[in-house]
Amino acid sequence: MPSLGADMEAGTLVEWLVKPGDQVHRGDVVAVVETQKGAIEIEIFESGTVEEILVPLDERVPVGTPLARLRLEGEGAEPAPRPPPSSPEATAALGAAPEGGEPKPFLPLARPGPAAPAEAELRPAAERILASPAARRIASERGLDLAALTGSGPGGAVISPDLDRAPAEEPRVAGPRARPGLDLDAMRSAIAGAMARSKREIPHYYLQHTVDMATALDWLAEANAGRTPERRLLAGALFIKAVALAARRFPALNGFFGTKNFEPSRAVHVGVAIAIRGGGLAAPALHDADRLSLGELMDGMRDLVQRTRAGRMRSSEIADATITVSSLGERGVEALYGVIYPPQVAIVGFGKIVQRPWVIDGAVGPRPVVTATLGADHRVSDGHAGALFLAHIDKLLQEPERL
Amino acid sequence: MSTPPIETTILEELGNIAPEADLSSLDRRADLREALDIDSMDFLNLVAALHKRLGIDIPELDYPQMFTLDGALAYLGRRIGRQLEPDPRA
Repeated sequence: MPSLGADMEAGTLVEWLVKPGDQVHRGDVVAVVETQKGAIEIEIFESGTVEEILVPLDERVPVGTPLARLRLEGEGAEPAPRPPPSSPEATAALGAAPEGGEPKPFLPLARPGPAAPAEAELRPAAERILASPAARRIASERGLDLAALTGSGPGGAVISPDLDRAPAEEPRVAGPRARPGLDLDAMRSAIAGAMARSKREIPHYYLQHTVDMATALDWLAEANAGRTPERRLLAGALFIKAVALAARRFPALNGFFGTKNFEPSRAVHVGVAIAIRGGGLAAPALHDADRLSLGELMDGMRDLVQRTRAGRMRSSEIADATITVSSLGERGVEALYGVIYPPQVAIVGFGKIVQRPWVIDGAVGPRPVVTATLGADHRVSDGHAGALFLAHIDKLLQEPERL
Repeated sequence: MSTPPIETTILEELGNIAPEADLSSLDRRADLREALDIDSMDFLNLVAALHKRLGIDIPELDYPQMFTLDGALAYLGRRIGRQLEPDPRA
């Protein structure tokens, strides 16, 4: 059972998408786990053949419990005898924490932080809506309420055929539609747990800096003038790219604070704070944001926002973020001071872009500016490094064509 | 009189963005972004969807004309009137 968030202690396996004998490849979605954040698709991080399913459906198991046994690619087809203790393990425990050794590249899961006291109770099983991912997707597309359906799958789970028996859809424009499979109360508990732990354990320091956005916005307007709407860029994409590039340069702000030590990350996976309609927040990771073009980054953001709001995040997106960006967008207020999402060590906030009097070449004139803030972990970095990091973000935003 | 098709299209796309909203009681002169809690990504998706469905170009500079339902209707009506000598693109 992978750790899907700083305060997750256990999860319930609600769907297996593979069975013994199936071939799987790294990144395949193999199971669905119900957590406080909703149903999460579990990706596998090795390629091979599923040997044995170890956790049955509907079982709630602690983080770290092996979910299945996998024969890795290139290993003998015969069931291997139990390997002697000194030999490399012949099977990989799916979802279990790697024991010792170097973390594998792109290992998406299993980064259990220090055991934190449970901040919130998981909702009792009876209140969960069991549904297959396909059913959830269809229900979300059609605006159907899973709770109102009778499931015919295992354990009464709603499966896709059940949706065809659902009452005919109301006109989409008419009244309010049911929200897709997100449990906002459970999400609030998850936020509360993670943020309470952050405030308890992480000595935050805060910095802020006002960034002149005139050059960036001019560049953006020009770039967008030649683009069809689905290819247009948002200022938010520039912010994420600038933070990602700066994070690569300042490793003390990019990584994980484990049980005792900080582990900087070479990869930059930016957690993108996404507001959920009706009150909720998630910050799934945009992988390798420092290496994406702005167009790719926009596509990634759009995909992430859509899936997050539909309750379709992937396990790697939940566990992987190495730094978080929270951006208020066009509305709201001038500045946002974030709370670090453990086990990360920094969060960058952007307020809305506002027109302010600004001194340019000795004269005061109107200028679009944005307030950028940094919340960082004093166990790992100091204000000096943080200030250089934030100033570097400013510098990058003055050269948008190079982002 | 039946609902004009542009309005239906706009309301459908708004419904996709804000599924929980009761659009029948939407104030037609209210800022959609405030009334429906639409962020910049949502608004861009709305513009992209209308661009696709109505087959008209919607430059970024014109976004402010679409911030209310009435404004969007008037704006899109004008754009379609101007561009629609042949059939609209699908």
